[in-house]
Amino acid sequence: MKPLHLAALLCAVSLPSAALADDILVQSTTSTANSGLYDHLLPIFAKATGIQVNVVAVGTGQAIRNARNCDGDVLLVHAKPAEEKFVADGFGASRTDLMYNDFVIVGPAADPAAVAGMDDVQPALEKIAAAQALFASRGDDSGTHKKEVSLWGATSVDPANASGDWYRETGSGMGATLNAGIGMGAYVMTDRATWISFKNKQDYKILVEGDADLFNQYGVIPVSAEKCPSVNIEGAQAFADWLLSDDGQAAIADYEVDGQQLFFPNAPD
Amino acid sequence: MQDMGEALAVAMTLVLSGDGDLVEIVGLSLRVSLTATVAACAIGLPIGALVATNRFPGRGAVLVVMNALMGLPPVVVGLIVYLHLSRAGPLGFLGLLYTPAAMIIAQTILIAPIVAALSRQVIEDMHAEYADHFRSLCLNTRQTVQALLWDARYALLTVALAGFGRAVAEVGAVMIVGGNIDHMTRVMTTAIALETSKGDLPLALGLGIVLMILALGVNALVHSLRLTAVRQAYA
Repeated sequence: MKPLHLAALLCAVSLPSAALADDILVQSTTSTANSGLYDHLLPIFAKATGIQVNVVAVGTGQAIRNARNCDGDVLLVHAKPAEEKFVADGFGASRTDLMYNDFVIVGPAADPAAVAGMDDVQPALEKIAAAQALFASRGDDSGTHKKEVSLWGATSVDPANASGDWYRETGSGMGATLNAGIGMGAYVMTDRATWISFKNKQDYKILVEGDADLFNQYGVIPVSAEKCPSVNIEGAQAFADWLLSDDGQAAIADYEVDGQQLFFPNAPD
Repeated sequence: MQDMGEALAVAMTLVLSGDGDLVEIVGLSLRVSLTATVAACAIGLPIGALVATNRFPGRGAVLVVMNALMGLPPVVVGLIVYLHLSRAGPLGFLGLLYTPAAMIIAQTILIAPIVAALSRQVIEDMHAEYADHFRSLCLNTRQTVQALLWDARYALLTVALAGFGRAVAEVGAVMIVGGNIDHMTRVMTTAIALETSKGDLPLALGLGIVLMILALGVNALVHSLRLTAVRQAYA
């Protein structure tokens, strides 16, 4: 009798959300959510199409895993090789470049490794390692973490050997890693959008920027209806199409925080 | 420490302004955690009472397991519920992932052991006092359990509040199964985690203070209900 009551209760509670069939769910990287981009874009999209977009913001690695479990209609992340594998494995209908910005290395004003003003990222990382200055890494298989690992890979240093020493892997999101890094006086690599909108900067500044290797490309992928029959493919395709359209691209370019543009649209014509 | 002062100011402003988003988040927090508490009591109280009043082989092991389950990590509960409710999981066809129902299920699993283990202790102590009396009245198990649950109701109310406190304060489980979706599954604790990750520490702390006020309110309400009931009983 009691389990039945419980089931009835849960059904009653779940009904309101199940009734909204036109909703789509986006599995997203955190930077696009934490920087407020969705708060800017989604109302415009909802007004144009009547489709309500719900966003789950997690690291790119987790977003892809969730989408592989068919728990989402659209994937919006920033790790091109992983995205292409997602499509090659049949989970994504198609992958398209959406927009870009860049990564930067932020650090304390004291700058113990003297990297301020460098525009070549590998030598900067090598200087940080040589000085054994603290460096806080995401360590969570996110897009930013994958990028950071690939940048270290092009240097003569293997930071994994210093893990727990000067190389600190937080295993958490961009904001949490920034909070931790700032708390311990460590250098942190972050995407520019998260940094500009981050509110706990204290005396931290952008020290390294401008290297072509720090390019940060975002892509959009509707989840495949063949692999995942439960997806709202019409809604997903409509959202992807709108983002890639002139209207969507203009809306992305319009978004600014403190007078600075955070994302630069670059969908193919 | 200036953040603390700023946080208090933010909390006051939030509460006084009756901000629409905040009301929605607070409402969902209460709805999810109170529903989970009721469900956990429906499951945990009978189990606690049955284990308290019966002797059976392996009872010691059951007690140890029940007590150990009070320490279930919310993230682990969240992951287990996620794996079941995911579209790729056995219950995926229900479409419950990223809904308030999924959050209620996770919190129910999290706190049912707390309700069961604590109520077992409360009822066992009371049963020790009344056992001879019940035996003289020739009560069966069902009647015994009902009598004990009723007599222990005030202590069990505190047990339920302990469960509610755990549910409303946890973030690990609801973050995974709810997804912290704006206007849909965002509750107080996931909102606090979000603001922390945006580096807006005063707002995060302010929301934390609002959550404390909320817990205080629920406890004060239960306390006053109990006082009223006691007064009526002696009137």
